[in-house]
Parts: sequence; structure tokens; C-alpha cells
Amino acid sequence: MEPISGLAGLVAMQLKIVGVFSAVMVVVAYTTLAERRISAWIQDRSGPNRVGPFGLLQPIADGIKNILKEETMPATANRFWFVVGPMLSIIPALVTIAVIPFAAPLPTQWGVVEMIIADVPIGLLFILAVGSLGVYGIVISGWASNNKYAFLGGLRASAQMVSYEVAMGLSLIAVIMLAGNVTLTEIVWQQQQLGFWFAIPLSLAFILFVISAFAETNRLPFDMPEAESELVTGYHTEYSAMKFSMFFIAEYAHMLTASALMATLFFGGWDLPGTWDNAFLHEGQYIRGFDEAGAPIAASLAVWKTLLTAGAFAIKTGAFLFLYIWVRWTLPRFRYDQVMSLGWKVLLPVSLAYVMIVSATILVLDHLEVAYGFTFGLVLTAVSGACTVAFLFFLDRDRVIAGAAVPHRLDRPVRMPDTRLPERSSVEGD
Amino acid sequence: MGVQVKVMQRPEPGRTSYLRAALKGMALTFRHMVNPKKVTQQYPEEQTDLSPRWRGTHVMETHADGRPKCVACGLCPTVCPANCIRLVGGEDDNGNRYPIVYEIDEFRCIFCGMCQEVCPVEAIHVGQHFENAEYSRDRFVYDLDRLMEQDHPSTLLWDPSDPRSE
Repeated sequence: MEPISGLAGLVAMQLKIVGVFSAVMVVVAYTTLAERRISAWIQDRSGPNRVGPFGLLQPIADGIKNILKEETMPATANRFWFVVGPMLSIIPALVTIAVIPFAAPLPTQWGVVEMIIADVPIGLLFILAVGSLGVYGIVISGWASNNKYAFLGGLRASAQMVSYEVAMGLSLIAVIMLAGNVTLTEIVWQQQQLGFWFAIPLSLAFILFVISAFAETNRLPFDMPEAESELVTGYHTEYSAMKFSMFFIAEYAHMLTASALMATLFFGGWDLPGTWDNAFLHEGQYIRGFDEAGAPIAASLAVWKTLLTAGAFAIKTGAFLFLYIWVRWTLPRFRYDQVMSLGWKVLLPVSLAYVMIVSATILVLDHLEVAYGFTFGLVLTAVSGACTVAFLFFLDRDRVIAGAAVPHRLDRPVRMPDTRLPERSSVEGD
Repeated sequence: MGVQVKVMQRPEPGRTSYLRAALKGMALTFRHMVNPKKVTQQYPEEQTDLSPRWRGTHVMETHADGRPKCVACGLCPTVCPANCIRLVGGEDDNGNRYPIVYEIDEFRCIFCGMCQEVCPVEAIHVGQHFENAEYSRDRFVYDLDRLMEQDHPSTLLWDPSDPRSE
């Protein structure tokens, strides 16, 4: 079957844009509800259960409330940037989802429709570039509020997001090397060809990516820019009504994108186990794989396969969204210096070393002429597994994150605060 | 006695762990999530069991013919520590005293129950009821008719021979 083109292609594109945008907004709205309900269950509460059955209409009530609320504008704020900030924050969060494939190609009578809005050749780079634009919204709104807490929140956001951008990019190098491409459809295809989802042969890259993704989306335990106990609510302290809501939507849309990205890069995207659902546009034809002689095997596309793979993608993404929520309501916030030392002193060197190890392994395997397939993946799995065990072993030795009184170097004596009371006589002498 | 300083017993460096502790915490929160100890009371549907000695909104007891039992002796406004009772007494042709005006300001009341304790004819009572929300503040001054209309059970007085109400 041929890919869709012409007027039908244009219509299909519009439908996909509208569909994906509405799906994203609905998922974001219901993630806020899930967050509140799950946090309630974790804390032995009930959560919002009054609006509609099981509280399912709560996001709509929240939306109406936010639209009707009074918009406040601090007298000392910079009016222009104060208004622009939330917009700059929400746009990159919503744009990045466009390059993520969410199902197997859909066959129609006009041609095959790719289940992705924009299959840009630089997909992964696009996500990294646009995703990191989100920090501008936070920094600008923090600065424009003319409030010390908001300003500190903005500063922290910029420092943190720049720091973890490095580790995130480096952890993705391993994925790019293994897939040999930065197009997300191709990365999914390569995972189908390898027979392994990349979380298995690149386990350490996955762990590093998850940690940096948490830091990038400013979620606990890395929510330095908000840090309620220190900074009121950080960069959006001065915002109310719909402007606040835009920051909120942006945060959850970032979460959704990061979850979808983790599912796509490390858990095969829409792929399901087995080769029956594989499909990739190879030289104008949809193929399922290559036979022994290297000739392409045509893929059998079906509507039910598209629906099933879309469901698989939703489940994988949802699992990561749940992980975000679960971690948020379990782990306490790091101290600022802990965040920075974890980013620069641990994640950066580890990801650099890991890139070297993975590239060396791939090079050796290529020299030994091991075919890209099961054996190839198995060797990488063993190497990465060893790296992961070593990484976790050394990370979990009190070197990185420790109590306030514990020095980072173990050979130095612990400096406990002096708790002796002053002598009685010296107090009376005053 | 000086200031007491408590020194926290922290684990030695090298003996603590972040990852294992974090995973333990995740397991704990997950257990609570799938099997929460539900303690929330779904209030309007589920009502609290009030103690028989709960002191809430007042009730004025009536005779069988609908007259209030109050004899306008003036003890309750005298004893009331919050000064929330306004009483103007009158006398009918038979020489029976009755309240012309009897008002209780439920905002001012501290629900100590001393009006009930002091009443010689067991007319005014505090009651087992607390839902008195209104749309305006002046509705919180309960007049005699409204006090007589209250149909919730009145409070059981504390009995010195049974101090725990057993």
C-alpha cells in the first residue's frame, strides 16, 4: 500500500492535529485528577470524589473556576513579559508531542496514514531543542513578577534545566548510536528489528534518562523551581487564574511528553512483542522486516492493529505518568547543592563513560560481524547490566545524597554541631 | 533547669543509603495506595454519631398545649457567661410568669450548657445538633418560636455519680 498523499493527506493531517491536541489536553486534565486521587490514596484520604461519578468531572470544574477567577497583575511587575511568560511556557510543552509516533500506520482506502503528526527527520533533536525552550517561560515569568521568591524560582529553574539537559542529551547518545538515527519512527523500527526494547540493552541510559527527565520536568524530588516550603510556589507565585492554569497545563504536558518519550525511546513506542505488528516505510513500501537474503517482507496493516498498538502506547505512557505521580508523593525534595552535585558530578561523568562503553561494544560487535539482532542485543544487555549494577552500587554508598551532618568524604571526621551549654558563671557575668 | 538539647542519633556516614531507602518508601506508598486505610468520613451522607452529652443548638421544651415551659425566672441570662440570652418576662391573669421575649444569639453562645444546668423547670436545653448554617447573620439570633421548633434530642447532663457516662 502507498502512503497517503494529496488532498486526502492534507485532510488526514488536519484530523491528526486536532485529534492529538484534544487527546493531549484531555490527558493533561485527567492527569491532574489522577495526581490528586493517587496522592489521596497514598495518604489514606479519598481525594476529589464529589464532582461527577468518582470525581471524573473535577478537571472541568477546575477549568471553569480558573477561567472565572480574577486575574491579578502585581503593580511592580513587568507587564509585557508577565503576560508572555505563561505562553512561552505552554507552547513548547504542547509542540513536542507532534513528533512522537503513537500507533502503527493506519490503512485507509485513500492510502496509509502514518500515526504521527510530523515525522521530521530530526525528531529527537527537535524534542530536545523545543523541550528546553520551556525554561524561558519559567525564567521570564520569574523575573517579570518582580518578586524575590519568583525570581529565585526562575534562577533555580534555569540552573537545573541547563544542568540536566547535558546528562539527558548524553544518555540519549547511546540510543542514537544503537538506532543509528534520530527519527523517532526509525528508532521504533530499530527496536522492532533488534528484538529488544532499548530499556534492556541500554539499561543504564534508561535510568539516567529517567532521572534527568524528572529534573527536566521540575517534578519532585527535583522541584527546586517551585519548592513550596522555601519559595512559596517559586516562579508562579504571582500568577492567578488562567495564567497560573497555563503553567499547570505546561507542567503536565511536559510530563506527558517525557513519559511518551521514555515509552518511545526505551520501551518500543507503540510496538508490541512479536513481529506481527511491525511496519516501516522502506523505499515507498510498508515492510515488516527482511528475510534471510535481505529482501523486504511486506507488512500487513490493519485497523485493529493500529488500535491495539495505540492502546499499547497509551498503557506505556500511562505507566510512566503513574511513576511520576508515585515518586512525587514518596520522595522528599533534594537540597539545591545535592541536585547540582548529582547532575554535574554523577550523571555527567557516568553518562560520558557509558557512551564510551556502549560505543566500544558496538564497534567490537560490528568488527566481529555480529548481525543486528538477538545476539547483538544480548551482548549489549550483559555489558549494560554490568554498568547498571556498578552504577547503582556506587550511587547507593552515601557519597552523593546524605544527611546534613554527613561529609561527602568518608575519611573526614563528622562535624556534629556543638551542643554543650555555656558555663553558668559566664552567663551571669553579663 | 536549663534548655534541653536533644541530639539526634543519626546513622554513621557510609551506613546510610538513598536508593534502598527510596525503594522502601516507594513500596510503602504503593501499599497504602492499593489498600488505603480509609478514614475519611463522607460527611453529608455519613453522619457522625454525636455523644449523648454533645452540647449544640438549643431546644426550648414545651408543655403539651404548646406553651413554653419557661417561667421567665431570669436565671439563664444571669448565669450565661457569654451574655447571649435576652429575656423579657411577663405575667398572665392567673399570675403565671411566661417569657414575652426569649432570644439566644447562637453566634455569641459558647455552648457551655450552664443555662440547661441552672434552669429550675427544665425548659431550656442545649441539644445534640450542630448543623446551623444560614445565609445571613441575623438568622443566628433564635427567637422563642424557633427554639421551640427544634426537634433534635436535648443534651444529657453530666451525672456526678457516673462521671464517664457509662
